[in-house]
Amino acid sequence: MSSNNNVLVKMNNAGYRHNDKWLVQGVSLSVERGKIVTLIGPNGSGKSTTAKIALGILKKIDGHVEKYTNKIGYVPQKISVDWTLPLRVYDFMTLTENLDEKTIDEALSLTGVIHLKDKSLGNLSGGEFQRVLLARAISKKPELLVLDEPVQGVDFSGEIALYELIKKISDELNCGILLISHDLHTVMSATDHVVCLNGHVCCSGTPIDVAKNTEYKALFGEQASQILTRYEHKHDHVHTIEGEIKKN
Amino acid sequence: MFDDFFIRALIAGLGVAFVTGPLGCFVVWRRLSYFGDTLAHSALLGVTIAYSLEFNIALSVFIISSLIALILVQLQNRTNLPGDALLGLLAHSSLAVGLVVIGFLTFIRFDVMGLLFGDILAVTVDDLYIIWIGGALILLILRLIWKGLFASTVNYELAEAEGLNPDRAKAIFTILMAAIIAISIKMVGLLLITGMLIIPAAMARNISDSPQKMIIYSIIGGLLSVIIGLFSSLEFNTPSGPSIIAAALFLFVISLFKIKQTIKLKN
Repeated sequence: MSSNNNVLVKMNNAGYRHNDKWLVQGVSLSVERGKIVTLIGPNGSGKSTTAKIALGILKKIDGHVEKYTNKIGYVPQKISVDWTLPLRVYDFMTLTENLDEKTIDEALSLTGVIHLKDKSLGNLSGGEFQRVLLARAISKKPELLVLDEPVQGVDFSGEIALYELIKKISDELNCGILLISHDLHTVMSATDHVVCLNGHVCCSGTPIDVAKNTEYKALFGEQASQILTRYEHKHDHVHTIEGEIKKN
Repeated sequence: MFDDFFIRALIAGLGVAFVTGPLGCFVVWRRLSYFGDTLAHSALLGVTIAYSLEFNIALSVFIISSLIALILVQLQNRTNLPGDALLGLLAHSSLAVGLVVIGFLTFIRFDVMGLLFGDILAVTVDDLYIIWIGGALILLILRLIWKGLFASTVNYELAEAEGLNPDRAKAIFTILMAAIIAISIKMVGLLLITGMLIIPAAMARNISDSPQKMIIYSIIGGLLSVIIGLFSSLEFNTPSGPSIIAAALFLFVISLFKIKQTIKLKN
C-alpha cells in the first residue's frame, strides 16, 4: 500500500484479543481520501472490532494503527443512550462539535429527519435514530467517516437513498469512508476496496476480485458469489471457537 | 436583623448550591451517587487528619478524597470485585477509620454531629473565601472539560472516536467531586453531601427536556433548598444540613406533580 498524504488511517497487521480470545487479528488496510473501503464478513468476524481499532477506541492492540486526521465522524453499530439524560436530537447533533443552526438543519434534511430536530432522542424509532446518527456523523464534515452498519432498521427505500447519500458525501467532501455493511449488492456497487473478514482478513481487493475469491464464496455462499462471478474452490483452513486458524 | 453567623451560612450555602447544581446533574447522569457517597464518607478521615496535624480542613479533605478515588481505580483494576462492593468497602472502612482516629484524639473536642450533619455556626469568613473561590474554580474547570465529559456521558465510544479524550475528562471530574465535598462539608455535613448533589438534580430531571435546562433548574433548586432550609433551621433550631436536604426533598416532591401534569397533557 502506498503511503502518500491521501492516507487517513492505516492499519498494519493489527489485532485485538479479549479474555485470551482473538476477536480479530492480522488486519492490514488503509483508507484514503475519497475512497470507500468496506468490511464484510459473517457475525462475529471482527468487523466492528476492526473499526474500533482503526478509530483508536480499543487501546491494547497488537500491531500498528496510524491516524492522519482528527476530523472523524463515527456511526457505531450499537449505541445505548441512558435516558436519565434529557437529550433532544438538536443536543445530540452538537455532541462532539459546536455547529451552527444551518449546518445542523442541512445534515438532518439530507438524512430526512429535519422534522425530528426538537424531539427527545428517547422517543425515536430505530430507523429514525439511525438517520440521526448518520446526520450527526456527516454534519461536522469529517475527513474520515466510519460507518458501522449505518442503515440498520431503516426501511427499504430509505436504505437505498442513504447509501446513495453516503456515496455522494464521499465524492463531495472527498472524505475517506470505512463502511461495515451486510448488504452485498450495495457493497459491490459503491465500494472501491472490499476487505472480507472472518477473524482475520480472508481476502481483499476490488469488489470484483473479492467476488471471485474462493474464501468469499465459502463465507457467503453460492448466491452471493453469483452476484458477480462464479468460481470453484477448496477451503484450506478451519476456524476454531477460540479464534485460532488451523490449516487443513 | 439576622445574626452574622446566619448571613455567613447563607452566603456559604448559596455558593455551594451554584456548584452542586451542575456537578449533581453529572452525578445523576453518570450514576455516580454511591461514588459521591464514598468520597464523602472518606472526608471524615480528612477532617480528623486536619485536626491532628492542625492543617486546613478543606485541603485535607480534598487530598484524602482524591486519594480514595485513586485507590478505588487501583482496586478496580486489580481485583474482580464488583464496583459497588469496592465502593462500600472504601466508604465504610474510611468512615470507620475516621471515627477510630477521633477516639484517639481525646485532647480535641470533636463535634461529631456537626461533622456528620453540618454546622452553620462553624462557617467562618475564611470558609466563605474557600467556598466562593474554590467553587468558581470548580465551575471554570467543569466548563473547560464540558464537551468531552458530556459527550462521553452520552456515549463513551463516540467521544473517544471523535477525539474528545473522555478518560482525561473523567479523571478531572473525579477531582472536582473531591473538591466540592471538601468545600461543602462544613455546611451540609458528610452524610448529606450526596443528597445536595442528587436531589436538586433529580428534581430538575423531572421538569426539563434538555441538558442545559436540567442544569439551570438544578442550580435554582439547590439555591431554594439552601434558603428554605437555613431559614427553617433558624426558626425551628434544627441542624442545617438535614434542613437543607429536607427542603430539597420538598421541592422534588413538588416536581413530581409537574410530571403528572405533562403526562395528562400528552394523553
